[in-house]
Amino acid sequence: MSDRSTTTVAAGTAEHVPLIEMRNIRVAFGGIHAVNDVTVDLNAGEVVGLVGGNGAGKSTLMHTLSGAHPADSGEMRLNGVPISIHNPRHARAHGIEVIYQKLALADNIDAAGNVFLGRELRSRTGSLDDSAMAAATQHLMKRLNPRFKNLKTPVKSLSGGQRQSVAIARAVHFQAKILIMDEPTAALGPAETAQVRDLILQLKSEGIGIFLISHDIHDVFDLSDRITVMLQGKLVATVNKNDVTKDEVLAMIIMGKLPDEVSSEDLAELHG
Amino acid sequence: MSEAGTVDAGTGPLLSPELQPSRTWRSTIESTELDTRLLGMVVSLAAIWLAFHIMSGGDFLTARNLWNLSVQSTSIAIMATGMVLIIVSRNIDLSVGSLLGFLGYAMAMAQTKWIPDTLGLGLDKPYTWMLALLFGIALGAAIGALQGFIIAYGGVPAFIVTLGGFLVWRGLIFRLGEKGVTLAPLDERFQLLGGGADGSLGELRSWLLAILGCIGVVLSIYFARRRRQRYELAPRPMAVDVSLGIIGCFVILGAVGWIANSYVSPITGDPTGVAYPVMILIAVTMVMTYVAKRRRFGRYVYAFGGNPEAAELGGINTRRTITLTFVLMGVLCAISGAIQTARLNAAVTGLGVQNELDVIAAAVIGGTSFSGGIGTIQGAVLGAIIMQSLRSGMVLLRIDSPSQDIVVGVVLVTAVAIDSALRLGRRKGVFVALVAGLIVSGVIIQTGRA
Repeated sequence: MSDRSTTTVAAGTAEHVPLIEMRNIRVAFGGIHAVNDVTVDLNAGEVVGLVGGNGAGKSTLMHTLSGAHPADSGEMRLNGVPISIHNPRHARAHGIEVIYQKLALADNIDAAGNVFLGRELRSRTGSLDDSAMAAATQHLMKRLNPRFKNLKTPVKSLSGGQRQSVAIARAVHFQAKILIMDEPTAALGPAETAQVRDLILQLKSEGIGIFLISHDIHDVFDLSDRITVMLQGKLVATVNKNDVTKDEVLAMIIMGKLPDEVSSEDLAELHG
Repeated sequence: MSEAGTVDAGTGPLLSPELQPSRTWRSTIESTELDTRLLGMVVSLAAIWLAFHIMSGGDFLTARNLWNLSVQSTSIAIMATGMVLIIVSRNIDLSVGSLLGFLGYAMAMAQTKWIPDTLGLGLDKPYTWMLALLFGIALGAAIGALQGFIIAYGGVPAFIVTLGGFLVWRGLIFRLGEKGVTLAPLDERFQLLGGGADGSLGELRSWLLAILGCIGVVLSIYFARRRRQRYELAPRPMAVDVSLGIIGCFVILGAVGWIANSYVSPITGDPTGVAYPVMILIAVTMVMTYVAKRRRFGRYVYAFGGNPEAAELGGINTRRTITLTFVLMGVLCAISGAIQTARLNAAVTGLGVQNELDVIAAAVIGGTSFSGGIGTIQGAVLGAIIMQSLRSGMVLLRIDSPSQDIVVGVVLVTAVAIDSALRLGRRKGVFVALVAGLIVSGVIIQTGRA
């Protein structure tokens, strides 16, 4: 057995207040506990990778934070202050933005319309200020994706990476403090994936806290500071990336066993 | 990042000039930022007009026929502008014909009975018509709100709710009056809404309206240009803006000079000018276009149609948005109901029968897609004019009414087939649909001549 401390790592010291804390979150669908008493936290300028198999409850947990599906019970604290989130508008008001797996773009509307969807800029008469929104989007894209040119075409006709830029631009424009990225690279080719990775690191360096949901263990290892593993709705553990190997994380994902509980037989089984 | 070739083909005008492809036919059209589908419809309408003109031996493109066509199109066109928003947001309204009948009858009851009895304002008193119209609009909004509420908040499919409405509102007409007796005559001023003998602007005021319209066209182009410059977005090429302005003014002046003011009223012997219901249609089209394109509500309708989940996650109050589309539809039914009853100078129980189908067909011929998120107000108005052109052209050719229905049905399916083929990029499909539609309707028209 190793002597490494591989039990749950809390963020920082006792006095340290995380950017967001989610404590004892529960969500049940009928009789099934999709999220069962899970506690996680996230610091500013940190990436926490959220991993687990299908149905582990990663997305459902994040839905409670984004307001897409409120928690049945549990507590959330933003900078130590309790908050309640019942719908997406609440989450946005707290600076929580989401980039969904399916990107949640209205395909028939152009990039600017999507960036500002639900928070349109309006002129004094209350009309949509399309020129202002287009200009702001053009400005954002210069920073996020300089090759992005199709501001006036419906996003339907854009490539996966461009659509991703639109979704990210939305979060960036509204100065997200907390960003939830649900499988951000699932639909992308290698070049576009690399670009999204760069972007994640850039956002992180700007002090944004990021929850990164991913199936791809390599992505998670490359980008995360800490890794939270879930299995069947429960928290297995949160570990510092530098304290664990990919195999150990795999064992946690598949068997729910902490690194010091894993036997050599288990490892053999993992590698089948 | 933009490896996909399809994306680069659609370069917008925001590109800096040196990146723009060489000026081809296609890029010239794109630089106008006009809806290409809309242009296609204008071309189809011109073709239909020309075909009927030739087949009827020169009777179609006359001031008289086109003036009548403009008035006859108004009722369906006004409702079609509302139907667009409903279909764009993935719903349907089957109740509009019955609702129009009910509201028309209610407005007739209001001016002949309720207002005189309660307020002591008799028929032909100055404000009676206005009170009756406002009453109808308020009632239409309330009924629309009820139907919309049941759909959006109650979760009952729009098809079911409005199918119920289709039966309920038609049935209620008989409960309003004395077992559905025809109400006539109506208020003198109210009748003007139908564009009867006096219900037009006259020559001078029509010209003034046309000049006002031209000023509006020029100003809107100018302001759009300035808005873009303020945000340092590349403006449309000057030549394009100038030609659009010239074309716009030409169409407005031509419609007034060659149609409205060239039609001499058989009753007064003077040029009639633009009919009031046509003015109402123009106003409704402008307001609805503004609502659809420049208001948040319109943006939400399209966003919901494109991706309901994205709209919801974007924090949009989708239920309220859906309810409001039906409120608008109710208001538009009231306006169309007023025009139809005023035109008849009577309220009858059968008013608006089958109008729901014409309205849906107009919206669909005008490019509104049942898969949601796609459709324009101007398209729907054009769709209504295309439908009315077919009907009135076939009347000129003395084609019996059942054959007219067949042709409209064929055109409806053909239009949608061409539209889907275009969307999927299947050129052969476009060709096949066009040829098949033309042959079938041609045969029906040829064999249906009485």
